[in-house]
Amino acid sequence: MANVADAPKDSFRLSMLLYDTRYRSLTIQVFVFFLFMAGAAWLVDNTMRNLEALGKDFDFGFLWNRAGYDISQRLVEYTNDSTHGRAMLVGLLNTLLIALLGCMAATVIGVLVGVLRLSRNWIVGRLMTVYVEVFRNVPLLLWILLIYAVFSEATPAPNAFRPNPETGIADRSMFLDAIAVTNRYTALPNPVFSRELGWLDLGLFYVNMDVLAVIGAVIAGWFINRAVKARATRIQEATGERPATWWSSLLLLAGLPVAVLLALGFHLEFPELRGFNFVGGLNVSNSFMALWLALSLYTGAFIAEIVRAGILAISRGQSEAAFALGLRPGRTMNLVILPQALRVIIPPLISQYLNLTKNSSLAIAVGYLDLRGTLGGITLNQTGRELECVLLMMLIYLAISLVISAVMNVYNSAVKLKER
Amino acid sequence: MTKSVFLGTLTVAGLAAGLASAATLDDVKARGELNCGVSTGLTGFSLPDANGNWTGFDVSLCRAVAAAVLGDGTKVKFVPTTGQTRFTALASGEVDMLARNSTWTFSRDTDLKLDFVGVNYYDGQGFMVRKDLGVTSAKELDGATVCIQTGTTTELNLADWFKVNNLSYTPVAVETNAEGEQQYAAGACDAYTTDASGLAATRAAFADPENHIILPEIISKEPLGPAVRHGDNEWADIVRSTLNALIAAEEYGVTSANMEELAANSPNPEIQRLLGVQGDLGKMIRLDNDWAKRAIAVGGNYGEIFAATIGEATPIGLARGLNAQWTQGGLLYAPPFR
Repeated sequence: MANVADAPKDSFRLSMLLYDTRYRSLTIQVFVFFLFMAGAAWLVDNTMRNLEALGKDFDFGFLWNRAGYDISQRLVEYTNDSTHGRAMLVGLLNTLLIALLGCMAATVIGVLVGVLRLSRNWIVGRLMTVYVEVFRNVPLLLWILLIYAVFSEATPAPNAFRPNPETGIADRSMFLDAIAVTNRYTALPNPVFSRELGWLDLGLFYVNMDVLAVIGAVIAGWFINRAVKARATRIQEATGERPATWWSSLLLLAGLPVAVLLALGFHLEFPELRGFNFVGGLNVSNSFMALWLALSLYTGAFIAEIVRAGILAISRGQSEAAFALGLRPGRTMNLVILPQALRVIIPPLISQYLNLTKNSSLAIAVGYLDLRGTLGGITLNQTGRELECVLLMMLIYLAISLVISAVMNVYNSAVKLKER
Repeated sequence: MTKSVFLGTLTVAGLAAGLASAATLDDVKARGELNCGVSTGLTGFSLPDANGNWTGFDVSLCRAVAAAVLGDGTKVKFVPTTGQTRFTALASGEVDMLARNSTWTFSRDTDLKLDFVGVNYYDGQGFMVRKDLGVTSAKELDGATVCIQTGTTTELNLADWFKVNNLSYTPVAVETNAEGEQQYAAGACDAYTTDASGLAATRAAFADPENHIILPEIISKEPLGPAVRHGDNEWADIVRSTLNALIAAEEYGVTSANMEELAANSPNPEIQRLLGVQGDLGKMIRLDNDWAKRAIAVGGNYGEIFAATIGEATPIGLARGLNAQWTQGGLLYAPPFR
């Protein structure tokens, strides 16, 4: 073999690109790359020509034009005088809201069902099997439509809550005088602060300082509590006696946020029927509820299977060992099985989160104005900029997915088996 | 480099539809069938019956064009389009023309690269509410929930009108008229808004039309008309001429019944030219001279079509109003056939 290393450098011939294994793979790669680029160039060229033939240009200027339409659910300031770009932001935030709440609910449902499906209680186990099989084997769109239909057909109109002028009694009364489920929306009490701390201008939108203060209090309480517990552990290790921390934990985790809430004059504004609709409270539209429930239940069924697979992947010896140490079944699950199962669970869980986020674009079926509904729906239609809107929408969904993926991968590397 | 690859890949999805051909007339003739974009179902305007035959006011226009071009009013493939898909369907060449109560606006005519060739129904946007709501004027709709078809001009008018009148409302977006009908009937919205003709048609389809009223306010101008792709003037001429022929026929008293007789005996040169007895008008739009005769023969003149599909004798019961001939105080005014 020494001959190969000693081969003279000047003996390179063109045919070696094909016949010499040292160069052949490179040749093939360059060839494939050129084919790929040619294909891509053809597509771009074809698009340009077609656009030109249709007399259309490629321009994102419409994003700064007046949108002219209204959006019922908006998390940031928006009127029909706002721009299409602003409408896109409103849609994007609606997408993120449904994705966030959906992922949270799906995780809770998934973990619960996944664990319960392994239950030794026969009926509980079978019920969970039925849930998983029913939900993951029927298309998501049908679930969304079904739940939406149930909400809009089986619930009373807001009018039914109006007292009859003769008898003074309404057909329906509000649950606890605070919640009304109607065929348009669910009217809930609205949390408000009587002491306004003002609004923080973030450039694109404003954030309520009161809400920030409460969130800050929760986080601060959590961190201080951790420090207190760490100190208790240090004392325990030094003296063998652990000082009682439950009261300080309670104070920090619950007392601090409650104190801040009270200081800011937190109270609930109850919805009341005035005119055509409930006002004063928080009206959560049925399209949102239907979409949220359907996405959570559907994805929850998949997550349940992932959780079950993760738990079954842990060898039986682990739980036997935990039992041998005298741990109760609940603590065995929490302290021994689940932490190990997480390593198996997290990677497929990421895909489920991504699926849920992308599936939220089915919102169009129930008229929930998410990114697909605003940018890819009304804006696209009113401006006629199909290519621009669809490209922008795809880029945004891609960006959201990559961010979720990145965050979950960070978490994954935190829980995965550390090899030293 | 990777960026252009990425964009290229996206393009496939963005522009899957083929290049719209310039010579629509040749395409239609070669195909032997006219692809006509209609709404997904609006009583009186375009709706398939129990046997799957499309009937209605807009449908009649498609049939008249098919008869003029292909000689047979049944050689039409009706393509149901929603408010969201209609213009894309036309621009991509999926349909040859659109007869789908679409409002002629400046930006659609220019920026969307469509050509509206005329107006076949002068309409305006109205509101329908349940009678027991006790509302008699749209100005009493403060705080109401309003069902609205997305992607339409009505959506923008609604926002403007409520803003101008300083009223608040909650929009409920629906995709098609059928969905709007269902949401309104289920009580998911207090009011349903669309073109007044559409409201009348929707109300006629209810089991209890007497329990719903259409409020007196008409909040916009909605000239509804057939549209074709921008850039094919020859095809635009044919669709425009067909519509004008139907309107002119009513003005001159040419009906599907007396057409043959008038062609033979009428002393009026305008009628003679319209029916192809005199002159060579058909050749000027690359058709034969009987084109208008065939178009009128399918469903009659404009007035006959109106009466048969949406007129006062039908359940929809629309009065001619603005859609009467100019000689009758309406806006219909076909250019001379000469």
